[in-house]
Amino acid sequence: MSVDLSVDGVFAKCRAEGRAALVGYLPAGYPTVDGSVELINALVEGGCDLLEVGIPYSDPVMDGPTIQAAAQTALDAGVRLRDVLSVVERVTAAGGSAVVMTYFNPIMSYGVDAFARDLATAGGLGMITPDLIPEEAGEWIAASTEHDLSRIFLVAPSSTTARLASTTAASSGFVYATSLMGVTGARDSVASAAPELVARCRPLTSLPIGVGLGVRSAEQAAEVAGFADAVIVGSAFVTAAEQGGPDAVRALAADLAEGVRRATRPAPAHT
Amino acid sequence: MTSKASDGISEPSGHEPDERGHFGKYGGRYVPEALIAALDELETAYEKARTDRDFLDELDRLHRDYSGRPSPLTDAPKLGEHAGGARILLKREDLNHTGSHKINNVLGQALLTKRMGKTRVIAETGAGQHGVATATACALLGLECVVYMGEVDTERQALNVARMRLLGATVIPVKTGSRTLKDAINEALRDWVTNVAETHYLLGTVAGPHPFPMMVRDFHRVIGLEAREQVLERVGRLPDAIAACVGGGSNAIGIFHAFIDDPGVRLVGFEPGGDGVETGRHGATLSEGTPGALHGAMSYLLQDEDGQTVESHSISAGLDYPGVGPEHALLKDIGRAEYSPVTDAEAMQAFALLSRTEGIIPAIESAHAVAGALRLGRELGPEGVVLVNLSGRGDKDVDTAAKWFGMIAENESAEDASGTAIAEASLTEGAPA
Repeated sequence: MSVDLSVDGVFAKCRAEGRAALVGYLPAGYPTVDGSVELINALVEGGCDLLEVGIPYSDPVMDGPTIQAAAQTALDAGVRLRDVLSVVERVTAAGGSAVVMTYFNPIMSYGVDAFARDLATAGGLGMITPDLIPEEAGEWIAASTEHDLSRIFLVAPSSTTARLASTTAASSGFVYATSLMGVTGARDSVASAAPELVARCRPLTSLPIGVGLGVRSAEQAAEVAGFADAVIVGSAFVTAAEQGGPDAVRALAADLAEGVRRATRPAPAHT
Repeated sequence: MTSKASDGISEPSGHEPDERGHFGKYGGRYVPEALIAALDELETAYEKARTDRDFLDELDRLHRDYSGRPSPLTDAPKLGEHAGGARILLKREDLNHTGSHKINNVLGQALLTKRMGKTRVIAETGAGQHGVATATACALLGLECVVYMGEVDTERQALNVARMRLLGATVIPVKTGSRTLKDAINEALRDWVTNVAETHYLLGTVAGPHPFPMMVRDFHRVIGLEAREQVLERVGRLPDAIAACVGGGSNAIGIFHAFIDDPGVRLVGFEPGGDGVETGRHGATLSEGTPGALHGAMSYLLQDEDGQTVESHSISAGLDYPGVGPEHALLKDIGRAEYSPVTDAEAMQAFALLSRTEGIIPAIESAHAVAGALRLGRELGPEGVVLVNLSGRGDKDVDTAAKWFGMIAENESAEDASGTAIAEASLTEGAPA
């Protein structure tokens, strides 16, 4: 029987190993299309379980300076949506499990159903949508169902319980919990809001819950892996790519992968 | 004058968005989940304020005693001679405190900020008019104020930067992207996501996520409510057409709204045509754009085939924006309003003409509406009546205009130029074609 490379399969495998998943983000097309494939493959080689392939966008309001600059580099180099799909195809062919992370306007522009179809064809597993709430996501919910893709919506410390319930109910694959009120960017400490947010979500959903925003070190990864099902790292990988290319990305991934394995995990809340 | 600012918010217009803020397929909330709670809080505070007599009275008092409402309606007969003899009436929002219509919305939102118990206000600004109005209201009401402004705009509107700082605001030049209004909004949204607990984002136009397009519109409805009453009294009938400039669209929606149910009144928005829409260097979002989501709402926007925002271009910093308010998108689609581009050159010609004929120096933004009124007047002829929203005054634009008309060199400021040079310069010669 072949390895289950779906999002559910990734989490099942990590759960079987008694640990959280490591999710790594890098933007497609940064610094070039080929360069980004090499960097993203380095995420897998270092030990990332799931890949977030970012779609560079002109107005990334959820991103801090590091990812903004990388996205701008990619756009200046002329990256197109079809290039993003080719990156997904290539990293998937190399053995990675990938979702895309994207602001919604490029997807609307491409055509929501058409993008979902082409993403699925490229081997993509789903989409994280930082500026799309389920209330506005009718087309994407239909398209993701049709093409069997995971819908990863975000929840925030400011979300009411009612919204946590409706948002997690609309999600599939996993739930993306933003650890703090803020934009992307590596920080020295992981905000204290994260454990509470994950705890608030637990009774409302059986989906795995990933925590992102601010993680950059093995210590932080271990800390987050103690209460979440996935540790999501973005800006720190972009910085590593910028400073040391694929080798630095691979080394950081290995370090973080060690961190998620070091965590002391409570008994699983679900199976 | 019986219309009051509070009428615009206490009496629903009959053209409300659905409960999630959609105007047809436009509007809504395309924002990070982290902001939803703050938007809900704002919506609730606004809905309560709409029926709260104390709030409404305080708003009216500030408009009357602080801002100077009602704003006058001025006949512009000499300008009318250049418009086929049509009667042109100017709604003088330029005479409001701080020099534009922006104060109408700012006073309302600043009062709401106090009601929500928030202590810090952030705002974006293009030309600086909304930033100045926000800094003013924050000084008045004792709120901390941070204004994000594109670096390009801080240069072309240096006077307004100084004005905001004098009022106690912190002005942060935004150096990302096109370094104009679009990027100032991105940066303000990032600040808001981070500091939302104690911060209100005092958005300056009828764009952004629900409830902003509805609420900001309502705070500006007073423009149209007053003007309708003034025109009926002055002329004895409704105008044939209304001209307003459209960047984000706040002054336009403010004056249009009182006339939406009058089918005989043409509502015409004039967009920044920049170097001409055929050059690609413009900001004519409704004329040339396509539907998409930017800055929290679905509307028309200038975008490439991958949905990346295309930079806009305009001599007017206040109109230099690749998006537009969602209600305008609906009004365009249903054919109730028309939108048409006015180039930099045409706007500057109107700027000079209004200055020379009526002794009124308009904001370059508003000069786009004046240029539009000249076109409408020529279409309508001597029997025509055109109402223009003169949304702001041109003090802030003196430098830009003096350079445009060749009164001073590009590297000088108006203060450096000799009086003779200004006196001798022609307002029409020397202008780029």
